[in-house]
Amino acid sequence: MEGAVVLLDFWPSMFGMRTRIALAEKGIKYEYREEDLRNKSDLLLQMNPVHKKIPVLIHNGKPVCESLIQVQYIDEVWNDRAPLLPSDPYKRAIARFWADFVDKKIYDLGSKVWKTKGEEQETAKKEFIESLKLLEGELGDKAYFGGENLGFVDVALIPFYSWFYAYEKCGNFSIEAECPKLIAWAKRCMQKESVAKSLPDKEKVYEFVLHLKKVYGIE
Amino acid sequence: MAAVKLLGTWRSPYCFKVIWALKLKGIPYEYIEEDVFDKSPLLLQYNQIHKKVPVLVHDGKPICESTIILLYIEETWPQNPLLPIDPYERAVALFWIKYADDKTQSIPKIYRTTGEEQEQAVKECSEMLETVEQHGLIEGKKFFGGDEINMVDIAFCMVAHWLGVLEEVAGIKMFEPHKFPKLHSWAQNFKSVPVIKENLPDDERMFAWLKHRREMLLAPKSN
Repeated sequence: MEGAVVLLDFWPSMFGMRTRIALAEKGIKYEYREEDLRNKSDLLLQMNPVHKKIPVLIHNGKPVCESLIQVQYIDEVWNDRAPLLPSDPYKRAIARFWADFVDKKIYDLGSKVWKTKGEEQETAKKEFIESLKLLEGELGDKAYFGGENLGFVDVALIPFYSWFYAYEKCGNFSIEAECPKLIAWAKRCMQKESVAKSLPDKEKVYEFVLHLKKVYGIE
Repeated sequence: MAAVKLLGTWRSPYCFKVIWALKLKGIPYEYIEEDVFDKSPLLLQYNQIHKKVPVLVHDGKPICESTIILLYIEETWPQNPLLPIDPYERAVALFWIKYADDKTQSIPKIYRTTGEEQEQAVKECSEMLETVEQHGLIEGKKFFGGDEINMVDIAFCMVAHWLGVLEEVAGIKMFEPHKFPKLHSWAQNFKSVPVIKENLPDDERMFAWLKHRREMLLAPKSN
């Protein structure tokens, strides 16, 4: 179980944040290595030759790629504390379904919100809010998607909260006005040390998005 | 009333993945053929979010998305395991399953498009085949699962069977034995497994359907 853990990551990546949260929830000591995505390290290219992307979790020298697979791996190996997935197979299937929903909808729609303008942006904003409302429905009256504690879906979704401010500024809208329950959930998650220390400051993310817009020539 | 029901369509490889998993584990089930162009109230009730097949219903509870269904089957009926037991080996298997799920989506694009769009789809598909040939298949191993097929083999089923029919319909040749020797050998092995061989859509019926579908999709839209 014990053994060297290294995380190759990039500070604004929502996907990297998921793995950081999982490691923190389990109290695992690890070495964090910041990657320059314009100048990827030999280690990254060697450990993820298929996608050449972060995050990469390296445990005892062996790489695990893809953030949700890393979270499941961490949950299975360090299975004596802070369980992230439920033990019941049906509840696990529901958790996987909603984490998959986050992957299918939130990242792409959120990207469209900051990358586009005019009608394309309005459509993206509408679909983005619709998707968040569906997630609110799944949350219901629970404190977390995982019930009384952080679970798989919480870990999958909460990193996007650090990008909400940037989406709101670029899209000129308020996510809290449309989805107050979800924002209440997000603030509840941020009370947890594992989440608070894994998410970057929202102003820094917004600065980064403005920088990206310049680089891509987006107005 | 059957404890396990599967809502599916004969046209979808995703549905066959579930059928194979159920049969490999010896799980009895009731199959319900859905008309995806005229979805039943049952399907719309069971999969409100995506409204798609396959849907597995176990003791009245629906599970959606083929890979999530397969993982549920694996965890509920552990006999004849379709995933490695070791957490690291399992993480590697899940990586390739996700890769297959994401990248084999370029395969149907080949028959749905023409011209530049089709060229792009062919390019994406070739890149996927090259990656799997180079990184996914280990020399000397019969299947991704070793001596027996597992969930990774099932995840790549579109390459083993549907790709050939789609190439024919689209009039292109891409998956050639001299270019992808390991993958070709794997595909032959995969289709020889009795559960797979006995549960594949009829080739002629598939060809006729896809040809018709291609004509419909590419027909000029009338005002």
